[in-house]
Amino acid sequence: MPNHTFQLNGESVTVEVEDDVRLLWVLRDLLGVTGPKYGCGINVCKACTSHINGKAFNPCSVPVGAIQPNDQVTTIEGLADTAPGDGLHPMQDAWIANDVAQCGYCQPGQIMAAVAKVRQCRAEGREVDDEAIEELRNICRCGTYNRIREAIKAGAENM
Amino acid sequence: MPTHRAVTTRSRPTREPAHRADVKRRSFLGLLVAAPVLVTAAEIGRQTVFDSVPEASALAVPSPPQPAEVYDLLDVIRDSARPTANLITVKVNRDGTVSFALPRSENGQGIITSTQMIIAEEMNLDPDQVEVTLADARPELVFNQLTGGSSTTFSTYTPIRVAAALAQGRLLGAAANELDQDISVLTSRQGLITGPNGKSLPFGDLTTKAAAPVTEAANVVLKDREKFTVIGKNRTKSDALAMVTGRKKFTTDLKIPDALPTVICRAPDLNGYPRSVGNLEAIRAMPGVTDVVEVGNGVAVRARTYGQCVDAVNAVEARWAAGTVAGEDDESVLRKLRRGELPLAVPKGVGTTLESDTVFYFRSNSSLETNCAIADVRANSATIWGPSKSPIAAQNEIAKKLGIAQNAVTFHVMEGGGSFGRKLFFDAALEAAEVSQAMGKPVKLMWTRSDDSRQGRVHPMATTRIRANVTADAVASFEIRHTSVATETNPGLSEAITATAQKAPGGNLTVSESIWETTQVTPYNVGASTRLLSEVDMRFNTSSMRNIYSPDVATARELMVDRIAAQMGKDPYEFRSEFTKLERWKKVVDRAAQEGDWGKSMAEGTAQGIGMHVEYKGVACAVVELDCRPETVNRKIRQARTGPRVTRVTYVVDVGLVINPRGVRAQMMGGINDALAMTLTSSLHLTDGHFVEASWDNYFYTRQWNTPPEMNIIVVDDSDAPEPGGVGEFGVAATCGAIACAYARATGEQPTYFPLDHKDPLPFTPYPTSPPVPPSPTNGLETTF
Repeated sequence: MPNHTFQLNGESVTVEVEDDVRLLWVLRDLLGVTGPKYGCGINVCKACTSHINGKAFNPCSVPVGAIQPNDQVTTIEGLADTAPGDGLHPMQDAWIANDVAQCGYCQPGQIMAAVAKVRQCRAEGREVDDEAIEELRNICRCGTYNRIREAIKAGAENM
Repeated sequence: MPTHRAVTTRSRPTREPAHRADVKRRSFLGLLVAAPVLVTAAEIGRQTVFDSVPEASALAVPSPPQPAEVYDLLDVIRDSARPTANLITVKVNRDGTVSFALPRSENGQGIITSTQMIIAEEMNLDPDQVEVTLADARPELVFNQLTGGSSTTFSTYTPIRVAAALAQGRLLGAAANELDQDISVLTSRQGLITGPNGKSLPFGDLTTKAAAPVTEAANVVLKDREKFTVIGKNRTKSDALAMVTGRKKFTTDLKIPDALPTVICRAPDLNGYPRSVGNLEAIRAMPGVTDVVEVGNGVAVRARTYGQCVDAVNAVEARWAAGTVAGEDDESVLRKLRRGELPLAVPKGVGTTLESDTVFYFRSNSSLETNCAIADVRANSATIWGPSKSPIAAQNEIAKKLGIAQNAVTFHVMEGGGSFGRKLFFDAALEAAEVSQAMGKPVKLMWTRSDDSRQGRVHPMATTRIRANVTADAVASFEIRHTSVATETNPGLSEAITATAQKAPGGNLTVSESIWETTQVTPYNVGASTRLLSEVDMRFNTSSMRNIYSPDVATARELMVDRIAAQMGKDPYEFRSEFTKLERWKKVVDRAAQEGDWGKSMAEGTAQGIGMHVEYKGVACAVVELDCRPETVNRKIRQARTGPRVTRVTYVVDVGLVINPRGVRAQMMGGINDALAMTLTSSLHLTDGHFVEASWDNYFYTRQWNTPPEMNIIVVDDSDAPEPGGVGEFGVAATCGAIACAYARATGEQPTYFPLDHKDPLPFTPYPTSPPVPPSPTNGLETTF
């Protein structure tokens, strides 16, 4: 079985597994990093949203063999360390301030997608408004969408 | 048939604070439980079953009270829990914290947080000082470990307060002794009891001294509502930090030794099963696979990763037996429903007769966390981890399946990733136990999304027929006949209901009839008002979805109410305000109309709609604005349903005493988004014996592009109801009614089925049923942003 090395939440990890196993299962089942959730396995529910080199992606749809040794993979567990200071990432703070989560299952993916969307809007010189937020495809079956909107706008102000 | 006029001037006496005073002065009996530290319990089994009722029945109203107004499902569940409530205990630990194992299931509804608040209130603590966990299955609780029907807080509020108040009193007594002070001069704050001389003692130092040497009963008086400082204040969920950091553990996040990922390969048909498997050895040799066994529902594969389970499942070559609805489709099921419809009793012709006939298609109650459970089955024992709203029934069924004693099964109740009714059942736990026994190894069993959508439980297809006879200024009769594919009731729920509801007025009903009778209220003065249910059992896997009947019945009922109003030349809001039965209900309707700017000018192709609903000891009214203009309806979003858009929702709800307003608003928000799905976008299509929808790109639950940009939720904070009512499902029904009415007003068309887009062409190519799991894509690095 081949070895795969990549950068996970700031640390180099190596895992022995077949090339075609999707990264989500490498993270969850082999490395024990369970923040990214399974909700569909086909890149539609977005519950596993994480970052690769700072951009949102869905590890359920990326074979581990496609990850390069210097790729930086960030899951919800590592998000706070990407922001200045010792505390949480501003988006996580906004999520708590708005009491967004109900069951919480989709929320790691929601937060990771929200952070990437704000960065994308900034890079493209767009407002983080309802129109931008409606581009997010993450499902929340508890129906917390309206608080998610408020939290993204609040979190963006501190990013 | 007499014609009843609506009461327009109301002279009923207002409910005075005197009523509340009666409640608060009442002393309750608690129990001091013999233990090394202070442990208290509630004992309220002495109250008679029917002592708390009729706020409606004393009133002379044109429509006589319906059973649910007098004794509703919440009463049924609470009364079934009463005889065992004394076994729920509050414990004061030596470190000064207070702990409580809640015999309920948390799936996001916020009951852990609200329970912390209730205990903190009685003991003058910060809610953070109270540790609330979910209790393992405890068969001695009988009916008191069931989470359903939005009943949790209603049934646990008083027992928990009694136990907490008793603990507080014991600690004060012990402190008085230690400090040599009279108990009346002591103050208790944040776990510290302080005397007038400034000397203080923490709970942790007092708990051993306050402990009871023998179990004994004790009287306790609860804190006055006027002195509440925690209850009624906004509080963020206690697990918010854990949830936003990924630290909150769900079942499949647990690391149980040797419990490897396990997936079952299932039949193409709904409820099909394997006749023979041709390539078991080849499957066993696939990468990562450790075990493959044939079980009742399919072929179970255990592997190093879930991805390898899915690859192996998709490689299974099996011959499958036909399922329970082989060859059936939506229309054939509808024909069978039609044959089960009951006649309407009141003949046509008293005034103008209005009739409606509305079809509600199947909907999935799949939560984002799919069905899952961990099982470690040994020779004579089993340990299960999983979310469950009825763990005692689960424990019992698992024991039967494994052929071991019920007390040999330990069921650890995990917090679930959503439920909405799905987790009243424990399909995955039962399967995990079966597979673990067959493999002789621990398994972490998870349903794939396609299994969860196609084989998982559904909200039943149903028809609602209504006939109303209307005169110039009154309604003579209003009859509802609801005919539904049978809703399977969970063993735990049905036993609780049959044990108690038979004592209710008009008892001796079946489980479904009991739920129907104890939940359905037509909240208007509409003369002879009847509501009947008939169910047709067709071997579907069904369960509730944020209620069973009410959202559908409310949709049809509120549409008919608008037609009646039009017939009488009245505005939809004015009719509801005038014809609703109780002053408490009217207040909510009036407030919703006011806050929602009812009657404001709306562009062509858009309209407001109003709907009300009475249930869960409360009342709710929604005012929505719906945009049905072509440019909105036809907007294109990839892999999505668009259609009419709800642009604004005003939701006013009186749930009685409010524990956590922020939590109540959260539940209403979720219910409102469910209502959008129920009426506009979400349904399953049955074809050739299976459901077409396999994932979230087929089944269109509300998404960011559907959710209302404006949502204003108002929780009545001065309700005259003395107790907390139900919350978890209460956002749905009134919103469904309001959306349906707005659609009819915006388009001029009366909808005859829901969701409105059910017969539109499918905006996707269905995934095959064999192999059963759509393979994961490999191009995920091309869609980054």
